[in-house]
Amino acid sequence: MLSSLLSIFIVSALFNNVIMAQFLGTCPFLGVSKSIETASGMGLAVIFVMVLANIITYFVQLLLIWAKVEYLQTLAFILVIAGLVQMVEIMLKKLSPGLYKSLGIYLPLITTNCAVLGIALLAIKKNYGLLESVVYSFATAFGFLVAIVLFAGIREQMKYSTIPRSMEGFPIALITTGIMALAFMGFAGFKLPF
Amino acid sequence: MSINFKNELYRGIVTENPIFRIVLGMCPTLATSTSAMNALGMGVSVIAVLTCSNMVISMLRNVIPDKVRIPAFIVVIATFVTVVDLLIAAFIPPLYEALGIFIPLIVVNCIILGRAEAYAAKNPVLPSIVDGIVMGIGFTLSLTMLGAMREFLSAGMIFGYAIAPFKHQFILMILAPGAFITLGLVLAGINFIQNKES
Repeated sequence: MLSSLLSIFIVSALFNNVIMAQFLGTCPFLGVSKSIETASGMGLAVIFVMVLANIITYFVQLLLIWAKVEYLQTLAFILVIAGLVQMVEIMLKKLSPGLYKSLGIYLPLITTNCAVLGIALLAIKKNYGLLESVVYSFATAFGFLVAIVLFAGIREQMKYSTIPRSMEGFPIALITTGIMALAFMGFAGFKLPF
Repeated sequence: MSINFKNELYRGIVTENPIFRIVLGMCPTLATSTSAMNALGMGVSVIAVLTCSNMVISMLRNVIPDKVRIPAFIVVIATFVTVVDLLIAAFIPPLYEALGIFIPLIVVNCIILGRAEAYAAKNPVLPSIVDGIVMGIGFTLSLTMLGAMREFLSAGMIFGYAIAPFKHQFILMILAPGAFITLGLVLAGINFIQNKES
């Protein structure tokens, strides 16, 4: 049991990294990675929302199956996630102003983060139970945090180098990501000892 | 009222191209451009969803209260995405397998919500439909072009037909790094041409 959870964690955080291998959440990855500070804020907010969203969508899915309307999955999930993000924002504002200050501005951006909906849908597709689903979403979001912080670090350094004019902005960011993805592919060669 | 379809088409494909100029909807662009056929399938699904959602949102633009407009738009979009999802699953199972999770993810594609907010919510029905079609065509053309490039680079084929005079395999191009690097280079090329013109 524990080893299967551990393998879910390692596989979805490193081998199948959301950005480097699954292309989910590329928009915030490119958009909020100008500095390590904002990048880690975004990463933490994603961990928070993704785990919560996976717990809630797990029960929403049970409800949909009970009501025999599984085809409403997409509609129900996106509404639940949008509502959840709003609620988290309001609650953080009241309960923990400090945390709100550091995470608050990233929360509205997460609704458009396709990784949250994507991972919720994938967890259902993979037939994960509640615990597996939580581990899966936490690992995926952790992978996102690692990727975005690394990328922000590279971008901070890039400020000091001269880049050809046509490569400025998106092109160089995408090519950097491509090279990072190449490095992440190296993880695929590892064999888990369990 | 007349709409100059040609001008609108130029706007959708060149001046306001969703992928190359506005750089929206990166995730599906990167993920579904593994081959020209997959890209075309994704593009056509987006045209269908975008046109229908633009039409309905434009019809309802005076009914939806301003404060809840985003959730209302999402409901409309999600409905059409579900329709497209079920249709593809029923009639084109291979495409359904290939696109997988990215069909339901059309819901969160920034292009669709972006057009609803920026255009359909403010304009009458007919121009909104035209806007949906031209923006969809712009998206489809650029996506198919990327798909064709990656398919050609990886296996020397386009739409499954062998084009290259020799057989080769360059799997990297269909994998994740290939997607990022190809799109990066294409965007750089477009910037280069633009810088030269100005």
